[in-house]
Order: sequence, then C-alpha cells, then structure tokens
Amino acid sequence: MAKLVAILATTHHPFYYRTSRLPAEQAPPFAAEWVRKVAAYRETLTRVRPDVLVMVGSDHFHQLWLDNMPQFLVGKAPFYDANYYNEEREFGLPRLLLMGHEELSAYILREGIDRGFDLAFSNELRVDHSITCPILTVRPDNDLPVVPIYTNIFAPPLPRPERFVALGRTLRELIDSWPSHLRVAAIGTGHLSLELGGPRQFGPHGPDPEFDARAVEWIAKGDIDGCLANVTLESLHEPGNATHGFMDFMLMMGLAGYAEADYADSLDLFHTMEAYFTWYPNGADA
Amino acid sequence: MSKYLVDKFLFTIDRDPELVERYREDPAGTVEWWEREQAGRILNCPDAEATTWLAFTESERAALAGHDHVALFELGAHPFLTLTLWIAMFERDHEEPLAMQLDYAARLAHKSLPYPDIST
Repeated sequence: MAKLVAILATTHHPFYYRTSRLPAEQAPPFAAEWVRKVAAYRETLTRVRPDVLVMVGSDHFHQLWLDNMPQFLVGKAPFYDANYYNEEREFGLPRLLLMGHEELSAYILREGIDRGFDLAFSNELRVDHSITCPILTVRPDNDLPVVPIYTNIFAPPLPRPERFVALGRTLRELIDSWPSHLRVAAIGTGHLSLELGGPRQFGPHGPDPEFDARAVEWIAKGDIDGCLANVTLESLHEPGNATHGFMDFMLMMGLAGYAEADYADSLDLFHTMEAYFTWYPNGADA
Repeated sequence: MSKYLVDKFLFTIDRDPELVERYREDPAGTVEWWEREQAGRILNCPDAEATTWLAFTESERAALAGHDHVALFELGAHPFLTLTLWIAMFERDHEEPLAMQLDYAARLAHKSLPYPDIST
C-alpha cells in the first residue's frame, strides 16, 4: 500500500512569494523571520521524501463560478497550469505548470464517490494560489506530481464543518488503502481569522487574535471534537468575513485524526496570522 | 435583488485587463454596455445560448455606476470580488502600501455584524 509520510496544514499567504524575494534593504521588518519560518517548515516535507502530493485548496473565483459551483472537486489531469492574471497583478505570483497524477486522482474519485462523497472532477483545471502558495513555500522546485482537491469555502451555501472533517477522514482512508508503492504527502491550505472586503481588513493583526489562538491550539492538539463543538458555519462569520477558509484546516485535521501535530509554528503578521503544522502519521523517519 | 448579476459583473470585469481600465475610466458607460451586451452571456456556452432574463435593480446599477463599494457591500455583493477589482482599479492612486485597502476599510467602519448576506 501507499505510505502517507506527512500531512501539512498551513495558511496560504499570497504576499509571501514577493516579500521573500525583495532585497534586504527593501524588505519589510517581518520578512526575514517569515523566510526563516517557511524554510524550517519546508524541511518538514523535504525530510520525508514524498513522491506525490495530495493538495487541498479552494478556487478564488477563477475557474469555478456561480453558474456551476461544485462543493468538492478533484482534479484529474496530467498537468495543471497555475495562477491567474489577477494573481500576477495583485501578488506578483509567477505562472507555473504542475504535473498531475491521474492514477491517484482516479482512485480518489472512484473510491470517494463509493464512500458517500459525490465528488466533482475536472480534466482541465487551472489551479490558483491556494495550491501554488504551498508549492512555492514547501516545494519550490515544483518537481512532484499532484492531485488538487478544491473545496468550496467561498460561495454559500457551503458544506458544514463536519463535512470537511469527514472528507478529511475519508481521504486518509483512501490514501492509506491506495495500492501503490509511492510515498504520499497531503498538503492543505486555509486561513485562520481573515477579513477581505470588510471594515476589519488589513489591520495590524488578524481580525480576531483570540480565535487564532484557539484555532492554533485545536490544530496542534488534534482536538477535532473541541473544534467542532465551537465552530459552525454561522460562528465563522464572527472572527472575520473570510474565515470560512478555516474549514480547510478542519479537513486536514480530519485527515490527521486525533493526533497532536509533530510540528507547529505560527507567525503573527498584519492582516492575518500565518500557521504551519505537520504530522508524521507513520513516524518522522518512515 | 440580483446579487448574482452584480457578482458576475465584478467577476467578468476583474478577469479582463482592458475591462478593468474601461470600468475605472467610464463606470456608468461600462455598466450600461455590460448590462446590455454581456449580462446574459453564459460563460461556458456559445453566445447564441444566452440567458434572457437577467437585469440589475436600480440600486445595483447605481452602486456599480458610482464605484460605490460601500453600497455594494450593503447589497451583499461578494466582498472578495469587490475588493479584488477595487485594488486593481485604485491601488495605483495611493502612494503608501496598503493605503488603498485601509481607506476601503475605513469607509466601511460603520458596518457591524451581521454583515449583509452574500448568498446568491
């Protein structure tokens, strides 16, 4: 069977790429620490020598639109072009071409549907910064095939948090039972508290540092039940109007199970808190 | 209420560099043209298979034609779409980093939870 060698759950901050490439004299004061933390986090993936990446993210109204909006979608293509004009424009992100892994995509689709998730699929998917930010931070060589999985955290009606956790659990079962000799890493990105296009946006911290502290503790401790007891579709409006992206963290908690993270780090930035978690479900030296 | 159509306007303008400039320079004219020529286009269908019934309300038309992001927020336009397009159009008018985004937030400072429903 395939071996799940690492689970990474992190924020995707589209400004990191540009910030990390600024000359020291032009870089903001927080840049050096940010780059150090990302480099340390990258090592948590590098050390387990993955062969293929299952990547969870969310389209930001790029290819997926309100006339035909899937709740959960799996890419099944040999390649994925990546990043969009408005991401180049706003964040300075580069265009990328990611390799796909159609066999694993097909397995996740067939088995996922059979286990109760009516997954949408795409044979021609252009992924955006929710997928490419972690490529740029933890696998900048972009040398591994990926299976992109998109969730709807953006366009209500959304699936409830329990459904994200359940999909994570199912993905864990599927990866663990995939008849393959390959080493799989799962990487998912979301948000802690976040406000976009509202009165609380772009403040000196995330819009709700108290929520962020609780969220980091839930994730680090693998406290799925505590998280589910405190987080609903309705409650997620309170920490910030884009905080539903936290449900992608909850999906990754479902994938990791009731396990403390082996690596947990965070960085308080303007606008939003960065957070970095890694689990080694088969041990750090598997 | 046609929140979907407002979102569709913001979405289709934002993804086209020429339309971003056209909307910045001539908001009322762009909204009038777009509603007449583009509103019914189904994005994944041939032009001949257009939708026949979509139209803005007066308040939606006025908010878009007036570059009024506060009114769009009140109408339940998707805040990510509005913000992204506003950054594309107006960040260039501010010298300090994030000044545009902070001004955008300050103009919404009188808004409190619960925010308007963005469901379409």
